[in-house]
Amino acid sequence: MGEAHAGTPVRSERMGDVAVIYAGDYLNKLSGERVERVCRERLQAGCRALVVDFQETNMVNSIGVSILLGVIDAAERAGARLVFAGVSGQAAQLFELLGLTRHITLAPDRPQALALLAEFTTGASAAKHGS
Amino acid sequence: MPEQINKLIHAFSALADLGAEIAESRNFDEMVRATLHVALGALGLRRGAVAEYEQAAAALRFVALWGMGEAELAAVSFDGGRAELLGAGGGHVLACGESGAQSALQQRLGAELTAALTAWRVSLVVPLVVHGELVGLLALGGKATEEEFTVEECEVVRTMARHIGVGIHNHRLLRELEARAAENQQLYDILRSIYRDTVRAFAAAIDCKDKYTQGHSERVGKYSEIIARELGWSDDQIEGVAVGGYLHDVGKLVVERDIINAPYRIDAKQSSELNRHPAAGYEILAPIRHPDADIPLMAKYHHERIDGRGYPEGLTGDEIPLAAKVVALADSFDAMTTDRTYRRRKEFPEVVADLRQNTGKQFAPEVVIAFCRALLKELDGDTKERRISRMLGKGYLDSAQVRPLLIELIAELEAATHATARSV
Repeated sequence: MGEAHAGTPVRSERMGDVAVIYAGDYLNKLSGERVERVCRERLQAGCRALVVDFQETNMVNSIGVSILLGVIDAAERAGARLVFAGVSGQAAQLFELLGLTRHITLAPDRPQALALLAEFTTGASAAKHGS
Repeated sequence: MPEQINKLIHAFSALADLGAEIAESRNFDEMVRATLHVALGALGLRRGAVAEYEQAAAALRFVALWGMGEAELAAVSFDGGRAELLGAGGGHVLACGESGAQSALQQRLGAELTAALTAWRVSLVVPLVVHGELVGLLALGGKATEEEFTVEECEVVRTMARHIGVGIHNHRLLRELEARAAENQQLYDILRSIYRDTVRAFAAAIDCKDKYTQGHSERVGKYSEIIARELGWSDDQIEGVAVGGYLHDVGKLVVERDIINAPYRIDAKQSSELNRHPAAGYEILAPIRHPDADIPLMAKYHHERIDGRGYPEGLTGDEIPLAAKVVALADSFDAMTTDRTYRRRKEFPEVVADLRQNTGKQFAPEVVIAFCRALLKELDGDTKERRISRMLGKGYLDSAQVRPLLIELIAELEAATHATARSV
């Protein structure tokens, strides 16, 4: 199980108001803390939505779960939307079991997550103009 | 049912994570934070805290908080009586937030802590107990499923709390051990310093007996230290040979003062009396438990010569301990470079000539080379202090004259040493 090295940066990218953060292959204390830090930095930088991409994630341990719950908290406090993309296998089962899926939106992959957020933004914008 | 099994598997795997975090984290706060994360992640909880009970301060110090918003780490006063009660009660899970639980909780934890836990919307509190003693507290809440805690989950929390308690307890023992070790080191350093001062006092007492060799023992100690450092010895070995230098003449305490201070060349009988001092020094020093066990031998053999013509035993070459050879050179060098009752000190070129003539007979070549190198470094400004020059006095060493002499002597002795090594 390829544990991330201490110096390995977390891949992330910003598309307008949306930030995509890649969780890597194993979400544990080391990689989890880095994912959390990037998420908080993006929120502080004004992102209104976060996509955490689990496409490459094979395993999430207990500390990884706890840190993701912290990301959920941070997003809620910032009033930002949070989408988990590409969650499958053991991780999907775990998120469902522990109730994480109640607080986030799931998308099959990153493009669909972005499309979902675009719809949301358009919908919100339309609703705003309609009022 | 499969859901229940999956939960158990996840909890079991979390327990393994917990063990690893406790065993691997060197930093206490980091260990506590990691164990809290494991507990939260095991059950999908959004809030939690771990506090360490500090008996001396009668307080619970919050080491880790998670999901508590802007709450800052703080300590809550917690008296010894409550701690004893919680310890005696074992690590039972205490429920918060339920009707009727509040007053029971307040009774056990006190108003201040209960208020803090209520404000943090904590659902479960578990005292961390090891061997019947309270070591801390684990507080958890905010299930992501928004369901109540099941009995099985409470059991998982209890098991984890036991592990976290042991982790805190072990780290605490380690801290205490480190503090004791530091305290012992401090005491040891004080004792070493007393030992060094005593040795210096002895050296001064030895030199008092001979009005013409004031400071001789101290200088021999310092020259020996300089040579040993140049030979690349360890700090303990350097200190040992320095002490050997300071005490090398301790046996003179049993020699008649008139013989030591005779303002003329002493006769054979007096010489024989004086020559008793190395063996007498050994007798004085041997019963003492020195940090370096060779110190009595340095006193005994500092008048041995590598050609076997020394005393008291006429040892040759490798039969003489290297430290004694170092002290022997330091002793002779100081004798040559200080005034005596019956002669003036030698000029430095004469000293070099003496070293050249007697190396391989009286002195060990590697020791003479080390001493010359140390002096050369000093003249070249490669040392912090000019210790040898200071001991020899201002104006004694003329760098322009001394440097080539030293370089030449070192080259000669090294060549001779290599030639001997090849022939062997």
